[in-house]
Amino acid sequence: MDDHLFRRESGRMVAALTRIFGVHNLALAEDVVQDAFCRALEVWKVRGIPDNPSAWLMTTAKNRAVDVIRRERTARTFAPEIGRLLESERTIASTVDEAFAAHTIRDEQLRMMFSCCHPRLPEEAQVALILNILCGFGASEIAGAFLAGRAAIEKRIARGKKVLAGARRLFDLSDAEFTVRLSAVRRALYLLFNEGYHGASGETAVRADLCAEAIRLTALLREYPPADSPETDALASLMYLHAARLPARIDAAGDLNPLLDQDRSRWDAQFVAQGLALLERSAAGRELTAYHVEAAIAAAHVSAPAASETDWALIVSLYDRLMTIAPSPVVALNRAIAVAQRDGAERGIEALRDIGDRERLTRYPFYPAAMGELELRRGNRDVARRHFSAALTLARNPTEHRFLQKRIRACAGQ
Amino acid sequence: MSAFVYLFRATADGQREAMGTPERAQRSLQAWLAWIHELEAKGHLKERGQPLELAGKVVRGKKKVVTDGPYAEAKDLLLGFIVIEARDLDEAVELSTGCPIVEGGGSVEIRPVGKLAL
Repeated sequence: MDDHLFRRESGRMVAALTRIFGVHNLALAEDVVQDAFCRALEVWKVRGIPDNPSAWLMTTAKNRAVDVIRRERTARTFAPEIGRLLESERTIASTVDEAFAAHTIRDEQLRMMFSCCHPRLPEEAQVALILNILCGFGASEIAGAFLAGRAAIEKRIARGKKVLAGARRLFDLSDAEFTVRLSAVRRALYLLFNEGYHGASGETAVRADLCAEAIRLTALLREYPPADSPETDALASLMYLHAARLPARIDAAGDLNPLLDQDRSRWDAQFVAQGLALLERSAAGRELTAYHVEAAIAAAHVSAPAASETDWALIVSLYDRLMTIAPSPVVALNRAIAVAQRDGAERGIEALRDIGDRERLTRYPFYPAAMGELELRRGNRDVARRHFSAALTLARNPTEHRFLQKRIRACAGQ
Repeated sequence: MSAFVYLFRATADGQREAMGTPERAQRSLQAWLAWIHELEAKGHLKERGQPLELAGKVVRGKKKVVTDGPYAEAKDLLLGFIVIEARDLDEAVELSTGCPIVEGGGSVEIRPVGKLAL
């Protein structure tokens, strides 16, 4: 059985059930999903897993939905779009079937994704909601991935669901606000991916899951023609090109492996090919977005057969471009590292010192770590060790901790 | 060898905890499958039992009052049963300790199947 069967089916079942019950009854939809899981546990443990567990779960959820409609149709109002069809015994079954059809589920997941990115919700709440509703992550799993408290995440999700319920219906994809909302959706998926790729959680498996979910939802977005724009292609491209490197990022001992030291034969060739094809496709638009530039940087890395053959001049110029479109201290930090590769450690250190709003990096271990790396390259072992020690105090998980300790040992010449 | 029935019980809260998120639900299922598989592999599983629906009715008293249940009043919900074979009650108890429902705060009641003495 697929390790994440329940998680994956959860998002699809909630989408279908929300289609029937309406988003104001989201909690009811979630109860029905949980019922179906309980039922699966009771039946599967004695009879074994059925040949098609997804279909089994869907059928169970459908039957439960029909029960709920019969029992509660006088007490509750269901989805305004199809509410009338649920009033007559003649149309209940076919209406429920229609809600569980693959194309309806896909559309409802899209609408749910757009609804989660409501402008009244802060970005981190949007991401938490998407993870909870569409990806089937529980509050404690999200808290684990974000290194946040479970209570804080629960509150965030509860607030988000209140906003969703208040809307009475899911976001209408033909709405005039579609384009604005689409860019919020892309942003949330980008943040979701980044949390997986660069985030603070020490668990590699959790982080790879976040990346996979971001890729899956972006693919869903690309299946819907109005959302399938060059900017969406660029976003998908950067995800594939980064995710391609995930297998080499952690070595056999579970230690962090910096880009330049990675065994490039372990990069996922299929992801690289997909990412490069998407990057090419993304060039069809007129606009050059931050996603385009980030994808181009990632492409420059994966196109170099060896670290020493990296085109650093190209990468620095892409970072310069990125600094004009979407400046941030982390972008400036990465730019400084590329400058050091192109022009030497001194220039890199200058670029690091020149970062404008450096104070925003005070809790980010990789700023002092980059300083340490460049000082070490210059032969200033003591200075380098002090930087790495400072970085160590900021380490957010055991993997970073071990990595920085290794760098401190490297300063002693070991 | 003698036959024993395992009756599985859990509270509504316990079940919510075990099945609260898709991830936990999946872990619970995998734990159950592993446990049952082990019983089977060692030749202890006699009957896989039947799952019980939670919705049902209870008939009680001389007046034969019918109520919805059993969930309405029961603290512990009877979730299902299996039949196993073991040397004696001690072994049956020993075999039950790995049951995931115990880990999740529920219980296994172990009852020897009565033997007809002719």
